[in-house]
Amino acid sequence: MKTSTKFGPFGGTFVPETLMIALEELEESYLKLKDSKPFKDELNDLLKNYAGRPTPLYLAKNLSKKYSCKIYLKREDLLHTGAHKINNTLGQGLLAKHMGKTRIIAETGAGQHGVATAVVGALLGIKTEVFMGTKDIERQKLNVFRMELCGTKVIPVDAGAGTLKDAVNETMRDWTANIRTTYYILGSVVGPHPYPMIVRDFQRIIGKETKKQIMELEGRLPDAIVACVGGGSNAIGIFSGFIDNKKTKLYGVEAAGMGLNTKKHGASLCKGTGGILHGSMSYILQDNDGQIDEPYSISAGLDYPGVGPEHSMLKDTGRAKYVGITDKEALAAFRELSTTEGIIPALESAHAVAYALKLAADLKKDSILIINLSGRGDKDMEHAAKAMGVKI
Amino acid sequence: MSRIKDMFKAKKAFIPFTVLGDPDFETSKDIIKAMIDSGADMLELGFPYSDPIADGPTIQLADKRALDAGATTNRAFRLIKEIRNYSGIPISLLVYSNLIYKRGIEKFYRDAKESGVDGVLVADIPFEESEEYTAAAKKHNISPVFLVAQTTTPRRLKEILKCAGGYLYLVSVLGVTGKRKTIEDATINLIKTTKKETSLPLAVGFGVSSPKHVKKLVSAGADGVIVGSAIIQIIERNLGDKKKMIDEVGEFVWVMKEAIVKGS
Repeated sequence: MKTSTKFGPFGGTFVPETLMIALEELEESYLKLKDSKPFKDELNDLLKNYAGRPTPLYLAKNLSKKYSCKIYLKREDLLHTGAHKINNTLGQGLLAKHMGKTRIIAETGAGQHGVATAVVGALLGIKTEVFMGTKDIERQKLNVFRMELCGTKVIPVDAGAGTLKDAVNETMRDWTANIRTTYYILGSVVGPHPYPMIVRDFQRIIGKETKKQIMELEGRLPDAIVACVGGGSNAIGIFSGFIDNKKTKLYGVEAAGMGLNTKKHGASLCKGTGGILHGSMSYILQDNDGQIDEPYSISAGLDYPGVGPEHSMLKDTGRAKYVGITDKEALAAFRELSTTEGIIPALESAHAVAYALKLAADLKKDSILIINLSGRGDKDMEHAAKAMGVKI
Repeated sequence: MSRIKDMFKAKKAFIPFTVLGDPDFETSKDIIKAMIDSGADMLELGFPYSDPIADGPTIQLADKRALDAGATTNRAFRLIKEIRNYSGIPISLLVYSNLIYKRGIEKFYRDAKESGVDGVLVADIPFEESEEYTAAAKKHNISPVFLVAQTTTPRRLKEILKCAGGYLYLVSVLGVTGKRKTIEDATINLIKTTKKETSLPLAVGFGVSSPKHVKKLVSAGADGVIVGSAIIQIIERNLGDKKKMIDEVGEFVWVMKEAIVKGS
């Protein structure tokens, strides 16, 4: 590898030998392309005219008034396909095209990354197949239909619990057998090097824009940034713009599910221990032998037993703080943002909202707090209604 | 001298693979004993793991059966010890890195040695990540076994050969474990090109399932042939009749061993 594969002690390339050449090829192509003008121009054009960037930084006035501090929302929910995922899939999709790959594969949990990959596959005219756990297919039928509508083949994964972790395993297996023709678009800042670096770089735009916008609006940097963390791509994206400014506190919000003291959560950073999952060293949820635990969260996007290696490093260095929000708290925030601002967040992003509102109570009056609203709630209507006991 | 080295010096090897504790510990022990009694030259034993990314569906299911039956790292080592008491056959392990890392790298290799293990292959550790694992292996006189794939470049092979001991595990297919119908030409090339670069014995695995495959590989220069999924399918097919399961595994090993002898 040409660049460092590690974030402190985390990261690395823990994959079978067969895959190593594919990772080397990916890193080489990425390093060559990322700063080339034609690649950047093409990506920026698509981000602007296809995906809808820049996204607004919106001052949530009603919420700010209620919590007596300035609460801004970075509106990634307004992007095409409804979440920040498209920033990454456009970047990697173009990478696949420039590398001459004829097939794209991806894993998906809730289906958001799958949909963001499917539209890019359609746009670029590259055959696309998405691996999805059978349990997730059942929970997210709408997204399965969306992907299929774009011409993507959704391949059910029956192994394990039939969720995101199993879909990642299966995508890696497929890639191993087809590395010469196939590009694997990984959806988060997880997996072996160079993925955590590539996905972060494509999500950096969130932080870059936010920084510029807040300087224009307020003339100063925010006091705190709050983002939800499953694998951690939206959080790394927005954090990256502020990481060098130590005065801005960074908060990553994990899924505490039924509670951090139960076994039913997805909080790898809050409750996990160091280990190796899906090709990198990070904090993971595992038993005493190192078998991977089944995670749980009301939101499928946070239902993952690992987390990006860079977040593990930020936890250990103390630069970012990681906390948990339960299903119940997330649902309350989901309702609150909808009723006070008329913005329905994704259940994932509702975790960030919930923690931000807790935090706001302790902040001084003129404090500035930014929530990364990583996705919109349309996909969650059925699930949320059910959890709230409403029949639709 | 090590058991692995001595064995490869004496003969071409048939190396059956099974998952420790599949379908349960008692039956697993009987299966492994039947392999030994039917002429296996070395054993490749897998530690069951929740997320085996290098394995196809057959071995995934075997891992799951073993874990559901209560497999733990401690019990796996106990089973190996019992096998070691039964036979002096070389024993090599196939393990995923997190099981080693979580136990403590040093402790894992020490426990492996105490149980009678001769070699350890970590499926998801390429040479780049191997330093601590190889050091612990060498300290405890265990051969650090490495994978070589069709996609391994000459530069990578050179690095692998700096770390590897015991034998090289040649991955015959581009992909994960599981039965295949034929042996690809690329596999034959892989054997021939690797042979030129090293004096380590070459054991070929992934996708090998019939006596015909075995003969082809051995005549191309393979020093050993590893068969896993085909054996595990016998286990899978006979879950309701353990005696038949064990008999069939024994018969299969015997037939494959014959193919090795005839091919060499």
